Amino acid sequence: MNTSFLDYYSIQPVTNWIHETLCSVMPEALAIFIECVVIGVIVVALYAVLAIVLIYMERKVCAAFQCRIGPNRVGGKGGLLQVPADVLKILTKEIIRLKNSDNFLYDLAPYLVILASILTFSCLPWNKGAQILDMNIGVLFVLAASSIGVVGILLAGWSSNNKYTMIGAVRSGAMIISYELSMGITVLAMVVLSETASISGIVEAQANGWNIFKGHIPAILAFVVFLIAGNAEANRGPFDLAEAEQELTAGYHTEYSGLHFGFFYLAEYLNLFITAGIASTLFLGGWMPFHIAGLDAFNNIMDYIPGVGWFFIKTFFVVWLLMWIKWTFPRLRIDQILTFEWKYLMPTSLLILVLMVVLKVFGLVF
Amino acid sequence: MDITLQQLVFYVVAILMSVFSVMTVTSGSILRSATYLLFVLFGTAAIYFILGYTFLGAVQLMVYAGGIVVLYVFSILLTNSDKSINQKICKSKLFAVLATVLIGAALVLFLIWTNGFALNAIPECSEIGLKEIGRDLIGMDKYQYVLPFEIVSVLLLACMIGGLLIARKR
Repeated sequence: MNTSFLDYYSIQPVTNWIHETLCSVMPEALAIFIECVVIGVIVVALYAVLAIVLIYMERKVCAAFQCRIGPNRVGGKGGLLQVPADVLKILTKEIIRLKNSDNFLYDLAPYLVILASILTFSCLPWNKGAQILDMNIGVLFVLAASSIGVVGILLAGWSSNNKYTMIGAVRSGAMIISYELSMGITVLAMVVLSETASISGIVEAQANGWNIFKGHIPAILAFVVFLIAGNAEANRGPFDLAEAEQELTAGYHTEYSGLHFGFFYLAEYLNLFITAGIASTLFLGGWMPFHIAGLDAFNNIMDYIPGVGWFFIKTFFVVWLLMWIKWTFPRLRIDQILTFEWKYLMPTSLLILVLMVVLKVFGLVF
Repeated sequence: MDITLQQLVFYVVAILMSVFSVMTVTSGSILRSATYLLFVLFGTAAIYFILGYTFLGAVQLMVYAGGIVVLYVFSILLTNSDKSINQKICKSKLFAVLATVLIGAALVLFLIWTNGFALNAIPECSEIGLKEIGRDLIGMDKYQYVLPFEIVSVLLLACMIGGLLIARKR
């Protein structure tokens, strides 16, 4: 298959040129330091902007599923300025301290949650040559970094000195630890299929066909299991009983205010985006364009959309799928959730892994 | 004296780890101890990443930070032992602690003096691939580890069955 579009997609020449220009006027260590700072600022800015986009999208999608209009007053007909106005509001709120609670842990908890979220966020493959954290073990690092967040949730629940927060934290702790297993096993199945664990490698292995087509039956099953487990990891959808509004006021972040609450809120939406991003990387080819073998004219037109555009299209498609699930299904009980994971989802994912390995060994995948 | 970026990061991480290790032991609240322990484990993972052992670093993060500390915090939450601990330390215990610290310090100093402080041990950003690690873990040649790997699996299986036996309803 013609893979010349890979060179055309790469932004490596641009980044190399920037690096060399910087190196010509200053020592290399300083240049690397400045690049790291700039990329850090870009990551945080992108994080915040994406959160605004996702919150607006969630409101509109939710409204559509409930036959409402959604935000429509602030900023023109579509209510485009509603979320920026909310952001401004949350920035001006006071951060309230609690009496008789451990203030150090209370203040630390939102930072742990957002740290885990940003670490996984910076592993996403935006474009060819635009991976920020790209290691040989990439996917393993994503799983590892995302498991830090649960410590933050548990600490938030305990240090708020409140029964609701405590129940929410214990629920979410039990749930996230359980669903990490299915997620890890399905990711492993995709690593088997693409023969590498590095995120850029996984994307590049899909140049001649996305994993969901290459791995046919086990890959489609793995996609479904990954979406379910990822939805639970992000504390969303039918699995949002860590913050079940009707029972626990707001779950583990009931006592938080101002920007600390904002961090939890931001991390929740970005975890949704990260789950979708990893799903589109593993199954839908990351920044790879959509090609149909044989239709060269069609493929050439598809190549005009840049890689980052493809990544966003696929990721927002998966986000939309997850929102659809969230606003369609009612919330499960904690025992139902744990039974579902341990008795059905984890055995299924183990089966998928075995099936994938067998198919791969006998060369039955494309 | 010129110092590279990696060495600078190493010193910062090492100092933070020592500080948090001491704070883990001296803190009065048990949940705070667990949190400081989490920072120490983060530091260990960071040192693995500096050395280029990204696999070990990620496993450290996943197993210790995401698994063991979560279980610690969970069990602390469930057992409701969140009161501050202000017990008097008796003399025999103090003596035992001092002796342990001295022996440990002597061991570390002995190792440093006999081997030298290897400042240049940091490899040049060489990352060990997942494939080689996998081959070595289940290979049967010299310097490959299939036997320990299988023994650890059996041990873990035994632990799981034991846990199920203890926890099951009669």
